[in-house]
Amino acid sequence: MKLNEEYKELAWQGLWKNNPGLVQLLGLCPLLAVTSTVANALGLGLATLLVLVCSNATVSAIRQWVPKEIRIPIFVLIIAAFVTCVQLLMNAYTYGIYQSLGIFLPLIVTNCAIIGRAEAYASKNPIKQASFDGLMMGIGFAAVLVVLGAMREVLGQGTLFDGAHLLLGEWAKTLRIEVLTLDSQFLLAILPPGAFIAMGLLIAVKNAIDDRAAKHQPQVEEQSIERVRVNFES
Amino acid sequence: MAFWIASSPHNHIQSQTSALMRLVILATIPGIIAQWYFFGWGNIIHISLAVVTALLSEFLVLSLRNKPIKTELFDGSAILTAILLGICMPAIAPWWVTVIGAIFAIVIVKQLYGGLGHNPFNPAMAAYVMLLISFPVEMTTWLPPLQLVSIEYTFADTLWMIFTDSTSLGYSAEQLRTHIDGYTMATPLDTLKTSITTGLTVTESISSPVFGNYFALGWEWINLGFLIGGLFLLAKGAIHWAAPFSFLASLFVCSLIAHLISPDLNPSTMFYWMSGATMLGAFFILTDPVSGATSVKGRLVFGALAGLLVFVIRNFGGYPDAVAFAVLLCNMAAPLIDVYTRPRTFGHNVEMK
Repeated sequence: MKLNEEYKELAWQGLWKNNPGLVQLLGLCPLLAVTSTVANALGLGLATLLVLVCSNATVSAIRQWVPKEIRIPIFVLIIAAFVTCVQLLMNAYTYGIYQSLGIFLPLIVTNCAIIGRAEAYASKNPIKQASFDGLMMGIGFAAVLVVLGAMREVLGQGTLFDGAHLLLGEWAKTLRIEVLTLDSQFLLAILPPGAFIAMGLLIAVKNAIDDRAAKHQPQVEEQSIERVRVNFES
Repeated sequence: MAFWIASSPHNHIQSQTSALMRLVILATIPGIIAQWYFFGWGNIIHISLAVVTALLSEFLVLSLRNKPIKTELFDGSAILTAILLGICMPAIAPWWVTVIGAIFAIVIVKQLYGGLGHNPFNPAMAAYVMLLISFPVEMTTWLPPLQLVSIEYTFADTLWMIFTDSTSLGYSAEQLRTHIDGYTMATPLDTLKTSITTGLTVTESISSPVFGNYFALGWEWINLGFLIGGLFLLAKGAIHWAAPFSFLASLFVCSLIAHLISPDLNPSTMFYWMSGATMLGAFFILTDPVSGATSVKGRLVFGALAGLLVFVIRNFGGYPDAVAFAVLLCNMAAPLIDVYTRPRTFGHNVEMK
């Protein structure tokens, strides 16, 4: 029963309260650079998710044998190994997405969200919890990527899931939705400044939701002892 | 009985934001009239569109933020931003470009940073740059002056053009921009830039009709209009002389050096002053009290930097005009300039230990 609570807390932390994209603001470089379409965002999100789960599990498995002094290089080596695997896999099976992600796929190695989780959680906790934490953090990160990608794709090109078949196979061509018909592309949404503005708006929305939720919570009264001054002389 | 004794000063001049804004708006009128005379009704339509959109979006944000709507909505700052944006628009740009620009200027550049007095960037210029990089085609369909166009068009035609992309007789924007001889005309700055890159000298390229007899047909009078408005503001004490002075001086010096070194590749100094948005930028944009530097020395540096940037971008950059970019870059530099040009407190040593 207690274990169940722990997993719930991990999921809540990864998906919302401590979301790597919206709260920790880690891995902003790929977050802002490749989210011009949903397909790209999903591709990078899945790659990061896979690397995060595998690296968390591995780091957690070897945590007893890693000397404290050189743990960071070891973590980086582990992450780099998994990124290479993912990169080769994507090169083999989803070549279109591999090409459009370009340098940002190998750059997952330097994604602070991954090394942050390895250092802060996986190196101190058992394998099961560590991989679950990696999964939840990865899903949280991928969700932010996809939402950002959707915002920018709708504003920029007026479509959704354009190019999804590059990632998911030929059937996904039917996923493409023409949301708006634009006379001309809204280039700002596709260019990096648009990513910053959209990201800022997303964070603002999250904070607004949190504020509202905090207001609806019943206020916990501060229990304090009131001292009554007793003065018999006057 | 208690007498209320106020300490000095006893003489107050209540200079309110709205009075200042009204003065600046008044000062734009000569320039707008010149624009109307040379380029038709387009800019006036865009200005009114922008003002309506700006007021609506300001109203929405103010009510969301629980701010006093009546005082802040009509302090004139939103209207001024909208007017400046409307002045910068190409005369026959589609209506939605202006609407998006005005919403961006007010909601994102001004209100999201905390409203009037808190915005690090000039809202009108930030919106203009946003539009220019987002909709490059719409934002560069400049009309040639009315004397040069082959097709006559009226107020109704312009209105029709802005809202439906063609005049009532079915002419397209491209046709309106065509010279009697059948080629499309661009702005003088654009024409000059293109012809210099194709290997012509300045003297050869300014034989094009868009340059007129002096510097830039139409544009010179618009710039003179804004110069008159700016001098009026200076005389009224509404703006400080430092930023416009150092901006124009620095642009003058840079272009003079360039012109003396290679007169074939660089137009005259007066061409820099009298084309594009130079005077508008000098007197109406750089003097923005919020996003500019604060001390006199700071404003001198601020203006000089803007002048240098305008010269560099016009000559070596990818865009023909540069005032908006230069202003945004200087806005970014303004806090740093302020740190290094902080005035000495009276009684304190220059070298503070």
